[in-house]
Amino acid sequence: MRYLPLTDADRKAMLAKIGVSTTDALFATVPHDKLLGGLLDLPKGKSELAVERSMGRLAAQNTPAASVPFFVGAGAYKHHVPASVDHLIQRSEFLTSYTPYQPEIAQGTLQYLFEFQSQVGLLTGMEVANASMYDGSTAAAEAVLMAHRLSKRRRAVLGGNLHPHYRETIATISRMAGDEILAAPPAPAGSEELAQLIDDKVSCVVVQSPDFYGHLHDLSTLAERAHAVGALLIAVFTEVVSLGALEPPGAMGADIVVGEGQSIGNALSFGGPYVGLFATRQKYLRQMPGRLCGETVDQEGRRGFVLTLSTREQHIRREKATSNICTNSGLCVLAFTIHMSLLGEAGLRRLAHLNHANAVALAELLVKVPGVELLNEAFFNEFTIRVPGKAADVIESLAAKGVLGGVPASRLEPDRAELADLIVVAATEVNTDEDRAAYASALREVLEC
Amino acid sequence: MLNRQGRPTMPAETVASVSDTFSGNRALAIEEDLIFEIGRVDTTGVDVEQPPSFTARLGKLARRAPLGLPGLSEPETMRHYVRLSQKNYGIDTGLFPLGSCTMKHNPRLNERMARLPGFGDIHPLQPLSTVPGAIALIAELARWLRELTGMAVVAMTPKAGAHGELCGMMAIKAALAARRENRSVVLVPESAHGTNPATAALLGYRVVSVPARADGTVDVDEIRKRLSADVAAIMLTNPNTCGLFERDVIAIAEAVHAAGAYFYADGANFNAIVGKVRPGDLGVDAMHINLHKTFSTPHGGGGPGAGPVALSAALAPFVPLPYTVVNADGIAYVEHAGRPAQTLAGRPTASARHGANPERNGDAGNAGGSAPQAERAAAGAMPLGRMCAFHGQMGMYVRAYAYMLSHGSDGMRQASEDAVLNANYVRSALADVMSAPFGDQLCMHEALFDDRRLEGTGITTLDFAKAMIDEGYHPMTIYFPLVVHGAVLIEPTESESKESLDRFIASLRKLATAARGGELARFREAPRFAPRRRLDETKAAREPRLRWTAAQERQEAAE
Repeated sequence: MRYLPLTDADRKAMLAKIGVSTTDALFATVPHDKLLGGLLDLPKGKSELAVERSMGRLAAQNTPAASVPFFVGAGAYKHHVPASVDHLIQRSEFLTSYTPYQPEIAQGTLQYLFEFQSQVGLLTGMEVANASMYDGSTAAAEAVLMAHRLSKRRRAVLGGNLHPHYRETIATISRMAGDEILAAPPAPAGSEELAQLIDDKVSCVVVQSPDFYGHLHDLSTLAERAHAVGALLIAVFTEVVSLGALEPPGAMGADIVVGEGQSIGNALSFGGPYVGLFATRQKYLRQMPGRLCGETVDQEGRRGFVLTLSTREQHIRREKATSNICTNSGLCVLAFTIHMSLLGEAGLRRLAHLNHANAVALAELLVKVPGVELLNEAFFNEFTIRVPGKAADVIESLAAKGVLGGVPASRLEPDRAELADLIVVAATEVNTDEDRAAYASALREVLEC
Repeated sequence: MLNRQGRPTMPAETVASVSDTFSGNRALAIEEDLIFEIGRVDTTGVDVEQPPSFTARLGKLARRAPLGLPGLSEPETMRHYVRLSQKNYGIDTGLFPLGSCTMKHNPRLNERMARLPGFGDIHPLQPLSTVPGAIALIAELARWLRELTGMAVVAMTPKAGAHGELCGMMAIKAALAARRENRSVVLVPESAHGTNPATAALLGYRVVSVPARADGTVDVDEIRKRLSADVAAIMLTNPNTCGLFERDVIAIAEAVHAAGAYFYADGANFNAIVGKVRPGDLGVDAMHINLHKTFSTPHGGGGPGAGPVALSAALAPFVPLPYTVVNADGIAYVEHAGRPAQTLAGRPTASARHGANPERNGDAGNAGGSAPQAERAAAGAMPLGRMCAFHGQMGMYVRAYAYMLSHGSDGMRQASEDAVLNANYVRSALADVMSAPFGDQLCMHEALFDDRRLEGTGITTLDFAKAMIDEGYHPMTIYFPLVVHGAVLIEPTESESKESLDRFIASLRKLATAARGGELARFREAPRFAPRRRLDETKAAREPRLRWTAAQERQEAAE
């Protein structure tokens, strides 16, 4: 087996040194009748070439985003990632290192975590950011738990246009932890009615902008309303590129900002691994979940970085920890940080501008297709269209014509008949004029027949 | 008794620099500033096309404030991050015996597979009809995990070990709720990972500790004493964090089940027993599997991980959404509770069919299936819902599956045997110079020592670990498990050759002798040759500086 360096001669010599005669003697404490005598009912090992063949066949059954005109978003976005990003994250010293518990030989990891936290703070307009969560949805769930700890209340109000998977992720942990959620119904036309749900029993209000249907929201009024009753405003985004073009949630009164960072540096990869961004105000620092990297000095007085404030964390505090989270998204953080360093402010703003331009161009093209209605006034790189008939069928027909045209809202909200004719459409820098024209003409054909 | 002495967090004293270069660089070890100090807001390493002019539709929300994000050209970026990488120690650098973390080799084939466009460049919400190979891979990986664990179903979506724990404990809580029972206690041995009590507490459980026996294993009588109708579950790591197999595991499972509670197993140490013994055969009801440990997906400096959870038949109805069901027609994918599963046109592939028993797959389902759904309805149980958006850690599934195909049933069994052999080889070779807390007994995949041999030397476990850095090794896990004073937990994994282990053993023996011989400076000043000397963790915590600020702002803040 190519990954196992020991030879049979080694094994024999080592067993002798240990003072046992067989390998199974090392497993003597395992109940004898439970020890497996032979191999399990699974295939035997394969050569690298054979594995490539086998997995290549599986991969070939899927339609990659880059192979077709591609407009699928709704929480994960197809962006161009510079070649240097993937090269750098595959450096052995990054790829095969562990959580930086020995900071003297992990300054590489620690310094990029510090750079990442700084970048996320600047993007969101918040004072402190952690070293990442698993993804946007779990970051949102952790934000709700944090708000409960801070407010000592246990009811969260969720905006109707919060990504349905985020809502469900929050709902799962809330139900299991015995907390309450009040989720407003979806408002695909854009106007969420949340004010009447907010009272002094409420711990936090969770709203997304750009929201699931692509609408943009000024969160200031909602923040004031929440603060007036002692509740926190949790702002969510799923498209981090939008922060290059839009006012940051921190400037609109958000207390906690969470979002998905996949768009920068990370592949679509069918939904994971991604990178959850989590930022808050300095005054809430001690209730933050997840790892934090901080600056300090070494014995010679040189600047260095360490994981810090770990008295919040499970490996120190055990049952009194702020979260049970242990892992973060280290390598996805690195990809994010490198891509963001390449972009810089100038590049990010241009990228955001191009995304918005492509979305506007696409929307203008699609509304010309008979029967198609655009639901958005203001939007960034994603919007919602209403089509005659079932959106899911339209999307399947488009796929059959080689266009991946978006996400039918019914894929995520199957129980809401009123959403059955809606498609959430995303446009990014990867789309060309030809892609947009292909989409419009395929949609015209699908709707005509 | 849990020992809370922890590790020292502040260096003993400031020491003189051994560097006398003008730049602070030391040949290949080059100092590197932050991107905020070398980048500029008007520089970019990405050429973005300028779109034709258009009317923006951002309403009143167009960004007004500048971001202040520095940019770097591509050559600057390469140099910056390559230099940072050179300050890191990875498995490819050398032996990385971090106990309980399973730092085994990361095959590069797995990286290549994860980057195939058919896996890496597919969207989680594109039509299922365009991703049958992805669903087949998830179903197939689940089948391998079912077979390896001997359990009924596998919940694939949890994103890391701790997330898997949360999922497994939620399934237990949901199963109890379906029985109309509201139990409030979870038993956790003192040697457990911190995530165990943290997870139980997150779900509102009261954590009751179970002490260890003098031999490092859990005492079944101590468990029996604490079991009652109010106990929901025990969370037990097996092999445990002392590197020992819980020999009374069958009796523990029986006692727990007799009390109407569930047996949660922390799968962190699964690497010791893959293909040797199946948790399902030991009475386990739920066990998370760290794909980044046992199945070698890269640790990546602290993630991403993946933590699928194997569930027993009793917990199968409480598998979270989404899940796959393999039946005679192909693979069905269930994304919503109470709705018919969507069966994909794609049949299982050749590799998926290999060795499969469709009947058994059809009955047990991968994760749920029609039978468990029926049970769920009958019990009036609430479905667990979603643990996260989308389908979990696909990129990690691909890597783990490539690992499994490469190893096969024979290679995985051999890997576990070699992991245990390597750990015992190290343990027996150090037995006379280091002190084993639980006597001279065989271990599983990791060897535990304490700091009694350092008593009176003025050298701590931390000093010893830092001296290992100077010798070119990543230190082992230290001060964990908490049940042992000054713990040293060594997990060499199966990836080490005998020659590598012999060199490692020789280094450790020399260090142990030096420590006994009173060579204080070698330890207390260590590391001397790393990119940094010891760092002041106390200062970092007392004056948290968690992001970059301009020197001027810092000055103002100080005044």
